This record gives sequence, C-alpha cells and structure tokens, in this order.
Amino acid sequence: MVEEEGIRVVRCGGSELNFRRAVFSADSKYIFCVSGDFIKVYSTATEECVHILQGHRNLVTGIQLNPNNHLQLYSCSVDGTIKLWDYIDGILIKTFRVGCELHALFTFSHAEDSVFVTINKEKPDVFQLASVKLPKSSSQEIEAKELSFVLDYVNQSPKCIAFGNEGEYVAAVRDFYLSVYFFKKKTTTRFTLSSSRNKKHARNNFTCVTCHPKEDCIATGHKDGKIRLWRNFDDEKKYTYTCLHWHHDLVMDLAFSVTGSSLLSGGRESVLVEWREAAEKNKEFLPRLGATIEHISVSPAGDLFCTSHSDNKITIIHRNLEASAVIQGLVKDRSIFTGLMIDPRTKALVLNGKPGHLQFYSLQSDKQLYNLDIIQQEYINDSGLIQIELTKAAFGCYGNWLATVEQRQEKETELELQMKLWMYNKKTQGFVLNTKVNMPHEDHITALCFCNAEKSESSTLVTASKDGHFKVWILTDDSDIYKKAVGWTCDFVGSYHKYQATNCCFSEDGSLLAVSFEEIVTIWDSETWELKCTFCQRAGKIRHLCFGRLTCSKYLLGVTENGILCCWNLLSCALEWSTKLNVRVMEPDPNSENIAAIAQSSVGSDLFVFKPSEPRPLYIQKNICREEVLWGVFVPRDVPESFTSEAYQWLNRSQFYFLTKSQSLLTFSTQSPEEKLTPTSKQLLAEESLPTTPFYFLLGKHRKEQQNDKLNEALENELVQLPLTENIPAISELLRTPAHVLPSASFLCSMFVNSLLLSKETKSAEEHPDDVDMVEEKESDDSDEENNFTEKIQDTNNTDSEEDIIYQLSKSEEKELKKFRKVDYSWIAAL
Amino acid sequence: MGEFNVHRVRFFNYVPSGIRCVAYNNQSNRLAVSRTDGTVEIYNLSANYFQEKFFPGHESRATEALCWAKGQRLFSAGLNGEIIEYDLQALTIKYAVDAFGGPIWSMAASPNGSQLLVGCEDGSVKLFQITPDKIQFERNFDRQKSRILSLSWHPAGTHVAAGSIDYISVFDSKSGSAIGKMLVDRQYMGVSKRKCIIWGVAFLSDGTVISVDSAGKVQIWDSATGTLVKNHLVSNADVQSIAVSPQEDSFVVGTAEGTVFHFQLVSVTSSSSEKQWVRTKPFQHHTHDVRAVAHSPTALISGGTDTHLVIRPLMEKVEVKNYDAALRKITFPHRRLVSCAKKKQLLLFQFAHHLELWRLGSTVATGKNGDTLPLSKNADHLLHLKTKGPENIICSCISPCGGWIACSTASRFFLYRLNYEHDNISLQRVSKMPVFLRSALQILFSEDSTKLFVASNQGSLRVIRLQEGGFTHPRAFQPQSGTVQSMCLLAVSPDGNWLAASGSSAGVHVYNVKQLKLHCTVPAYNFPVTALAIAPNTNNLVIAHSDQQVFEYSIPDKQYTEWSRTVQKQGFHHLWLQRDTPITHISFHPKRPMHILLHDTYMFCLIDKSLPLPNDKTLLYNPLPPTNESDVIRRRTAHAFKISKKYKPLLFVDLLDEKTLVAVERPLDDIVAQLPPPIKKKKFGT
Repeated sequence: MVEEEGIRVVRCGGSELNFRRAVFSADSKYIFCVSGDFIKVYSTATEECVHILQGHRNLVTGIQLNPNNHLQLYSCSVDGTIKLWDYIDGILIKTFRVGCELHALFTFSHAEDSVFVTINKEKPDVFQLASVKLPKSSSQEIEAKELSFVLDYVNQSPKCIAFGNEGEYVAAVRDFYLSVYFFKKKTTTRFTLSSSRNKKHARNNFTCVTCHPKEDCIATGHKDGKIRLWRNFDDEKKYTYTCLHWHHDLVMDLAFSVTGSSLLSGGRESVLVEWREAAEKNKEFLPRLGATIEHISVSPAGDLFCTSHSDNKITIIHRNLEASAVIQGLVKDRSIFTGLMIDPRTKALVLNGKPGHLQFYSLQSDKQLYNLDIIQQEYINDSGLIQIELTKAAFGCYGNWLATVEQRQEKETELELQMKLWMYNKKTQGFVLNTKVNMPHEDHITALCFCNAEKSESSTLVTASKDGHFKVWILTDDSDIYKKAVGWTCDFVGSYHKYQATNCCFSEDGSLLAVSFEEIVTIWDSETWELKCTFCQRAGKIRHLCFGRLTCSKYLLGVTENGILCCWNLLSCALEWSTKLNVRVMEPDPNSENIAAIAQSSVGSDLFVFKPSEPRPLYIQKNICREEVLWGVFVPRDVPESFTSEAYQWLNRSQFYFLTKSQSLLTFSTQSPEEKLTPTSKQLLAEESLPTTPFYFLLGKHRKEQQNDKLNEALENELVQLPLTENIPAISELLRTPAHVLPSASFLCSMFVNSLLLSKETKSAEEHPDDVDMVEEKESDDSDEENNFTEKIQDTNNTDSEEDIIYQLSKSEEKELKKFRKVDYSWIAAL
Repeated sequence: MGEFNVHRVRFFNYVPSGIRCVAYNNQSNRLAVSRTDGTVEIYNLSANYFQEKFFPGHESRATEALCWAKGQRLFSAGLNGEIIEYDLQALTIKYAVDAFGGPIWSMAASPNGSQLLVGCEDGSVKLFQITPDKIQFERNFDRQKSRILSLSWHPAGTHVAAGSIDYISVFDSKSGSAIGKMLVDRQYMGVSKRKCIIWGVAFLSDGTVISVDSAGKVQIWDSATGTLVKNHLVSNADVQSIAVSPQEDSFVVGTAEGTVFHFQLVSVTSSSSEKQWVRTKPFQHHTHDVRAVAHSPTALISGGTDTHLVIRPLMEKVEVKNYDAALRKITFPHRRLVSCAKKKQLLLFQFAHHLELWRLGSTVATGKNGDTLPLSKNADHLLHLKTKGPENIICSCISPCGGWIACSTASRFFLYRLNYEHDNISLQRVSKMPVFLRSALQILFSEDSTKLFVASNQGSLRVIRLQEGGFTHPRAFQPQSGTVQSMCLLAVSPDGNWLAASGSSAGVHVYNVKQLKLHCTVPAYNFPVTALAIAPNTNNLVIAHSDQQVFEYSIPDKQYTEWSRTVQKQGFHHLWLQRDTPITHISFHPKRPMHILLHDTYMFCLIDKSLPLPNDKTLLYNPLPPTNESDVIRRRTAHAFKISKKYKPLLFVDLLDEKTLVAVERPLDDIVAQLPPPIKKKKFGT
C-alpha cells in the first residue's frame, strides 16, 4: 500500500504561531501566520486552518499582503527567497531569489515594485534595511539581486521598523535611538533618549515602533512600559513627544487602528489596551488574555484585531474589544515536567500547557483540544515569583482516572506538595476533581504510575518519593455513609533501607511492581505487597524502569545514570543482558514488544528500537537530532500500517513522537510531507465562497463530492454529477434575496428543484475556468514543485535535523544507510 | 574656612503663602505674582529671575486676578470687589476702585491696553476705560446667570470670551451683547457632576476658544459656530489655569493634581498645512493645585498652592544650552526675613502678621569638627509680637544691642523698647511716632544702636536718634535730585559714618551720616542689587547683584578696590555664576578683614580675599581636604571661595562672633507638612 521510503524525522506541527505578527487578508476572512517553514492560512470565523502554504526551505520570517493585489501574499524566509502566493487556492505564484538571509519583510503600495527586507551581511548581529526591486517577469523563478540600502544598524525584529505616511518615511528603533529616514529628502533624523545614560532611566530602551496611518506621528514602546508619541520629528530641534503610561512592564507591541483613531498596546500583563485618540485618560482594556501579548495586528478592513501570545496562541478580537476566536497551537513557553502522555480516550497528546494547566493536543489536526486547569489558582505574572509547578501526571484505568502532582518550593526546607486525582465524568466529558491529598510524601515525588492491568478489580496508584517511601493508593468507596462516593486512600507504604525511591513501574498484568531505590531495583507482589526480590547492578542510580510487554513480559529493563541499559529476567531473577548506552528516554510501545530508547552521544541523539528478548535492535537511526531529547511517547495508530520491511515494522502499530530541549515536537515518518498534507489542504477549498448556513450543509456537500470527482477523474463517469450551486443564478438569487420580499415558497419550489436537476449547460458552465491565468499558473506551479523536488534531493546531503528542515533522503543515500546498518549490526551483538 | 560653632536654627516656622495669580509682561519681561495673602511680587526675568519689588499683602484683599495693561501698569482685583492699581515706582497702591458687582473673579486688559474687563460674582462683565491716571467705568456687558470666572479678549479686541459655570459666553466687545454661548458637558468620567466650572478661557486670533474646566477637560471650541472641535481629558481633578504663548503655537494648562500639561500646535502631516493641537509633555513639578500658569516666549511658568514658582524653559526655544535653560524653582522671598542682635544672641523672625523673638541656645560642650554638641540651654521663645490690623508686615529689624525692635506695615510704623531684667522681658511701644513715619520699606539700626535709618516709600531716607524712652531729631537725607526711587536695601558702616542705600533699579548711593549728604554714587550696573554691606575698618562697600556678580567699592576712595578689579578682570567661576538664587545677606568677620561671608538659599560662602581666585578649571565646590594631607597640597588646592552646602535651604547666615555662626534653615518638608493635603492619587505598586 504505502510506498516505502526511508524513515525521516519530521516536525509534526506544533510549531510557533507567534513568531511574527499575523496578517489579515483584505476582507478580514483569513488570517495568515508564519509557522516554521510554512505559512498557515486560518479562517477568522471558524478558527480552522484553511491552507498551509509550503515551499520555503527554511524559517519563514515575514509575510505581507501584496499591496497591489490583495489576493496575493508575499513571504520571505531565511533561505533567501521572497515568494508570492495566491492564498485562496494555496499556490505559489512566483519565487524571487535574493540570495542572502532575509529577516523581515515590509511592503507598501507606493513603492511600485519593490519590497523592503532586513538582511545581515557582515557581522552576525548587524542588520540593514534594504529595498529589493522585484523585476517583472513571467517566469516562475526570478533573480532579484537589486538591493539598495536604506538604513544600517537596525534591529532584527520587524517590530522595530515601521513605515509611515504611505511610505514617506521609515522609523527604526534600536536601544536608545529612534532614527527616521525620509525617502523624499533622503535624510535621516536621529533622536536619542537623553536620559539613557542616567541610571534611573536605564530601562527606557525602545522595544517597538509603529506609525500613524494618517498623521505624522510615531508611537514607540519602551522597556519601562511607557509609550511615546513623537511628532514634528522632521525637525531635530522642534520635535516633541507625549508619554502614555499604563504598562508596568515592557511594551511588547503597538498598533494603530486603520483610521488612526486609537492605538493598541500589549505586554506581559496580558491585557490589550486601547488608547482612544491617543489620550492618557481615554483608554479601554481587554484583560485576561491568558499570556504575554507578543504581537498585535489590525485587519485592513478595520473590523478585527489580533494578538499573538507567548503561549502559541492567536486571539482574534472584534473592534469592540471582544475576543471572537482563538487559534491555539501547542503551548510551548514553559518547561515540560510531566513528559509526553497519551490520553487513552481522545488519543491526544497530554503535557504541561499554560501555567498550572494540562493541555490536550490533537496530533492529527495539529490543534489544541482543551486545557485542564489543575492548579486552579490565579496565575500572577511577575518575575521572581515562585509559582506552583505541575510536576507529574499519569492516566489510569483507560483514561478514567488522572493523577497529578503539583509542588512549590520557596526555600530548601519548605516544600508544598499536593496530589490530585481526577475522575472522568462521562456526562460532562471532562475530568472532575475527586481526591486531593496534601503532602502525600515528605519530599519530592519522583514517579507516579497506575496499575493498568485488565483483570484487576480495584484501581491502584503508586507514588515514589525522595523521602525513601513508595505509597500505594487504592480507590475505596467508603467516603460517605451512602457508600456512593469513591475516594483514594493510602493502602501501603513501602521502603527499602531508607534509600530514595526513584522510579516505579507495574508489570503489564499488574501482578508485580518494580520500584527502584537509587541503585537497587525491588520487585513487589501487588497482591500482598511483599518484597519478592531485588536486583542490584551497582552502575549508578536507576533513571528509567520499564517492564516488557506481551511476549516479553518476563523482562524488566532499567537504565542507569552511568549509561548502562540492563535487562533482567524475572523468571530466573538474573541479568539477561546489559549494554553500555547512555539512554535518555526509554519508552515501551503499548501495542507491541518494542521498546524505543534514545541515547545521547556527543554529536546528537540516536534512536534504538529493540525487543527485550532479542539482543539485536530492530532499528537504529543515528543522529536523529542534534539536541538532547527530553521526552518521547508511542502514539497508537488508529489504522495500523503494514510495512513489510523489517526495519519499519516497529512503526506499524504506533508512531513515536519525541520532544527536544528546544521544545520542538518531532516524529518519524515514511511519507513525503506533500503526500501527508494533501488531503487537508484540498478538502477545505470550498469554504471561501460559501457561508456556513444550513443551505451550505445541504448543498456544500455536493460540491465537495464533486471536487473529489475532479480529483480522481477515472471515477468521474460513475458518480452522479451535480451542478455547482452558486453558479446557478436562480439559487443564488433565492439565497441572497431577503425573505420578506420573496414570493411564496410553493411558487419557488418547482423553480428550485428544477435548478438542481442536471443539464448539459450547467456542466459546461461548471468546467469553464474563471481565470485562465490562474490555470496556467497552476500548471506552471506544478512544474515548479517538481523543480523544487529535484533540488531538494541535491540539497539534503547533511543529515542534521537541528534546523527546521524536512529531510528527504535520496535513494543513493538510503542505500548507503542500509548498507551501513547491515554492517553495524555486529557491534551490538558483541556487547 | 576655619572652624565655627554653628547654631543650626530650624525653629523659624515660616510658610510662604500659596500663589494665586501669575501675570507675565512681555514688554518688560517681568512677572507679577500674587499670593493668597494678597502679596504681589514682581520678578525680573531678565535679571536672573530676581524678585525686585513686592507689595505687602492685606487680609481683606484676596487677589483673584492680576493683569498688566499698557506694558507698565499692573492691576489686580479680588474678592473684596475692588480693582487696585499698583504704583511700581513708589511701591504703593495707587488707588482702589470698587466695581460694584460683588467679588471679582476675573479680569482681563484689552490687547491695546486701553480697556479693562472684570467678571463679577453677580454675573456681570464690566468694562473700564483706562485713563492715564485712573480707570473709569464705561459699560456693563449682558448680564449672565452666574459668576464670571474667566475672561479672555480676542487678540484683535473685537470679541471677548467669558467662562462661567457650565457655559462659555462670547461677547461683542463694542456693543457688549452676548453673541454666542457654548455649553460645556458636565460629565466627568461617565458620572455627572453637579456643575462644571470653567476655570479658564483663551481666545485665539483664528476664533478658536480654549477652555479648561473642573471636570478635567481641555476643550477647543470654534467660537464662530459655537461647536466643540476637540476634547482632551487630561486630569481626574480640575484643570485650573491656562496660558497661551504670544505666537499662539502652544499653550499650557495646570491641574489640581499638580501636573502642568503642554499643548502644541503641530501639523498633521509634513506636507499638509492642516494643524492640530496635541498634548505633548506633562510636567510634575508641583505637589498641589497649580492655580496659575503663564507662558513666556521661552518658558512655562507655573505656581500654585505648594508656594513654588516654577519656571521651566522650553528646550526647543532655547538657542544655546546655558544656564537659562535650567529649571528654576523659587520658593523663598529674595529679601531678608531674619535679623539678629549679635551681642545678645537674639534672632527676630518676621512673619506675615507677627514677629517672633528667640534667644539662641548655648552649650558648654566642645567637640571636634562635625560633632553635634548637646545644648545646655535650649533656645527660648522670648516674644510673640502681633501687629494690629489686617496689613502684612513689610520689614522689621532688631537693634544690634537687642534693645529696640522696629517694624512697619503699609500704613503704620512700630518701634518698641525692650528691657531685660534677668529672664524677664518688658516691652514698651514708643508712641507718638512722627506723622511722616507712616510706613517704611526698610529699617536699619546703626551698629551702636543709637540711630535708626528708615527708607520710606517716597524715596525719602530718614535718620532717627534713639534715646532711652523715646527718640529725637528725625532728620531726612537730601533726596536724590529728580528721582522718586524707593530704596529697598540699606547698609550702614560699623563706625556709623556711612550709609549705603539702593533702590530697585538705579545704582547704590552712599551718604555721609554726619553731614546728611550724598557722598557718592557707585557706578550703575545693569542688574539689580540683592545685598549690601559695608566692611568694618576699611569701609569697603560690598555689593552683590542678581547676576551673581560681587563688587567691592571703597567708600573713602570712591572707587572699586583692587581686589574687585582683579575679580572683574579674571571673572567668576562659571559654577558660581550658575547658582540659582541671589545672595541675600553679606557680613564680615570681626577679626579677619580679608574675609567676606555671604549666602544664598543653597549655600554660604566665605571669600578669602588673600587667596588666589579660582579659574574655570579648578573645583569650585571643593570639599574640605582631609586633615592628614600635607599643607602644600592644601595650599595648592585652596582658593578664595570656600563654600558650604551643608545647610539648606538657608534663610539667614551670620557670624555672631569670631567663633560662632548662626544658620537659619527652613526644610521644605516642614513647609509641605503645613500645607493642606494634596489630591490623593493612586500610585501603582502601593
């Protein structure tokens, strides 16, 4: 079925949406945001991703609407190209090669055929603003080397450069300077904040700048929370400014409304402030936006604003300051303590989200499903405050129970610890707090696991702690007199020679519990809580512990901090095998015997997939990424794949996801990214022309079917052909005319039904292309993609995956790799 | 400098009264300031912001409005319903005219200076014609419903805007009929206040009217159509004052929160000619209500309840960054309020309506430099002398022997004889003062306390011989031919032979006391004299001017001394010339003739004429070198100016004897503590 290519590490969504300001389409129906190497097009009404514009081979650093054709979008990237897109159809129109890294993009309508970019040529942190002349040519790939410098020594961030008064001047800020360059006079005026050397005012660095759309007025944001409105800045002596001060921390971004009547500002307070008529006393607030506002943008139509937040979220806000939609990506701005988990019910990835929350993230749709508030306390956003951290979480009993541990440690001796147990409520389809245990242990909890055996009647939870104990918690039903409510109580406390308990793990059938005490692994009978046996390897503290699955359930695997992977046989109570491997992450596949281990080496991280029963690994991939891998998880597939090749069989039932130190979520895939993403990008094409009315559900489906028909033309004759509804004047008139002026329904009915009937004319009308150019472009675009593809093969000689590059291995490389693997097998057997 | 025992006096509870009105005169670059007790002060902005004239206050004359007309004539009006004109030469009130409209709230002189408008409590606007020696009632404008709180003439003189309660009226100044009415919104942050008081209006030449009101709004109106053009909400409290620059390109408003906002007319875009008023910079130099603002071509001037007069130069109008570009804050009067009887160690403090006599404390302890010595005897409040009547005290003096106290109000002169019997004091007023001694601008006792010199306001100088139980021989010096210049400063030589007197502008005259004749006149200098003193033995007259220059003039030789010429040749240190406040008192060391002691508000200085003068490269404010340094280094770094900034703000410093210094301080915090509480503002993080 699936063509087997090499296994590649791919980025699986969850990339930053808040890297740059989002851009609205001219009619405010779409919002564009850069997301890694892609540009995502979202619908502002439904929050759905309509298209993913892909084609850049490195980080996309700027997007702007084409000022001369608002149905087109320019984008620039670190790969040195500027691309022009048709965002409605999601196709690439043109590529301009500039040849140096581009860091920001600016356009405005008066600069006929040139755009402005920031580049850095010489030193790594010296950036210049330059204008690029985009030559007019019909070809797809155009060299655009005509650069002319405008300003030197600018800030890298596009927030620090703004064009004003339809391109008459450009304002750039850096540190304590504001420079304004006038294009007509070709002069630069520079303003320095006079008090910059003064210690008291050391915090008034510029952070962002924006220009009034109608007046000669520049607004700048500062580190101390002030906003300055500069006027008369064409005269270095007579310039004047006004201060607006509400923010207590730095102003992250500023934006003027389309008419310039109000100024929007945001910062770490997560409050959007609207300054009406730029007056200090006349301001409106939109508070509780959840996280630091990093970018603000305004739709050209003026009806919508949007704020990008540090928790990878875009909030779309109405003109009357009401949040209307939230586009939430994977929350990534905090350290992940809980690791990656899979919610057994929704198959969603679960990890730390917003402060004090667990996020449920759908890997399939690259979308956050919901947030579960665990800590249930107001988050106070202030630096230096020690917050309550959600440190551990575990699902049990097929997703019926969720256990969480939160802690807060202000001083060495003052530890606040709380364990919460949440029950899944089928009615509300959510987790409800069931039991709260204050100070379940005396010290940090190091591990938390449920007994997930199918047979066991009672639910069991084990916590291991640094205080030297592990505790067994069971679900009892005697918490009230009617014996209806259930709660968790401590059933057994075990310890071993006052060693710190570091890990715990239940065997698959739930009969055995393994608890590691520093260097020693103890095996306990889960029925009687008797110590069965101990294993000691004297090779450092145990870092990870897991039982084998299915046929390998007699094996227990342990990883020590000194880099030894041990496998004990529980039947013989002896070490089966051990190998020297500095394993960072060890995850068992719940659907097979396979265990994935990621080892850290000096050059990067390597993946080993093995069965405990076999000394030979199933699959090895060296250097999957350059950084340290923090967490990994197997996600069961809904539909199992059927790879025949031995090396890929481990991916048949589950997919392996892992999270690196820089919080990029990666996975292994055999498909090319184009293949993977085609269905989603095609199926939503219908949306731009039809409003989501009840009629849409009646008629829009037909249209979709028809589009599918168009795709596989072989089947076209077998299916019933339905006309495109919006092309029939009768129906469109019917749908658009107000109800009170329509004739009676009985009169219309026959006309309506007739219009739905098939006719030769409608078919020809449907196939008639509305834009000939566009079709041409589509065709040429295809060829362009092919070109890209061949280039990609040539390009991907380096195998590091640190940057946001999607790898495709060439055939020759793949062969080499296979050879390499065959050769490589011998060494592990020798160990 | 030498070591002194310093009496650090902090019991002078002087509180200046709050500023009510400020009027700037563009022609003479002078500023008239009226205070809540009725005092009117005139500052010369060209002469380093020196307070050159003042008119004493009066309890019943609370000034509400102050204006200049025809360049040199100053009028004030107040709640007693009178319009007063001041005589700027004789420093007296020329006349008072009742407007018969109840309390007067506002006054404005027409742009050509020929007419004067007053706004009264009963809602009437009255027009007066200004004649060369008086004002004459001409016409009533259309009567309004409530009091007229603000008035402003159109620069062409054709129209008048009057701010009342809840509305602004526009009058035709010829006919006096109301031709427009602009209603002001009572809303204040969404809450309807009872009334909206228009505290100030300004009429611009293009017909724009700017109003400030009690709801915190600054509103810009089009007077032709009576429509609101723009509304700036600047404060949560009242906006109380407004002043427009003469070029009409900027204006300034003061609020009850102590903030002063600057508004500027800036073009909307660089290409278009359209302009708009934009609020630019806020200044928070005051803690209390800013009751009055003025706009000179180069500076914003504000004053209020917190008694400071703040002059804030506009940086964009300043050509060179020099001393004039610095912010000025004037708090204390530029005249002496303390006099000292050195032998008896008595201090006489002058307040608005009373005098206080204190005896300094004493100590028997000794200590090294910098120690605070414990008092063996606390300072004594000996006397609290209240004057009768509503008038403020103009001047006061205690004789060097401590036996006489003299003081004067605008209409009465008081002379008291003090008798000390051990700890008891008996006070006896010397009655039967001569008729001509009605008021005095300055009083001085001779060193041996036998003569009293009185400068009265018609330019006459008199000498009175004091005797036990009375006085004899009131004799007058021959007045200066032709001029009627009032003398404000007097100095007498310790041997009693010479008297130096200086007026507000002309030079210093030296009289021979024995012959009652003018001895000589010190060559005139551009800047007014701020302090005078005659040195003992040498009879050198030391003169300090408001531009911080100090001259030494030998009276017997009738010429500047050699030292003074050297100083003028070399010039003063630039930091010396950049000091803020004028020198208000000069005295001499009784044993060291080379030393001159002088002080201003923020420092006192001992000039040692024997040492070399500092040039611009040397450190002016050198801290005392450590004692372990060798004498050579100390001699090399030493220069003539030995400055101490330890005591400030200083109201008075003098040498009691060769080892003892008295310094009267008035900490600003103590003044703030006696003011009414300011409007409470929420401060973030508190």
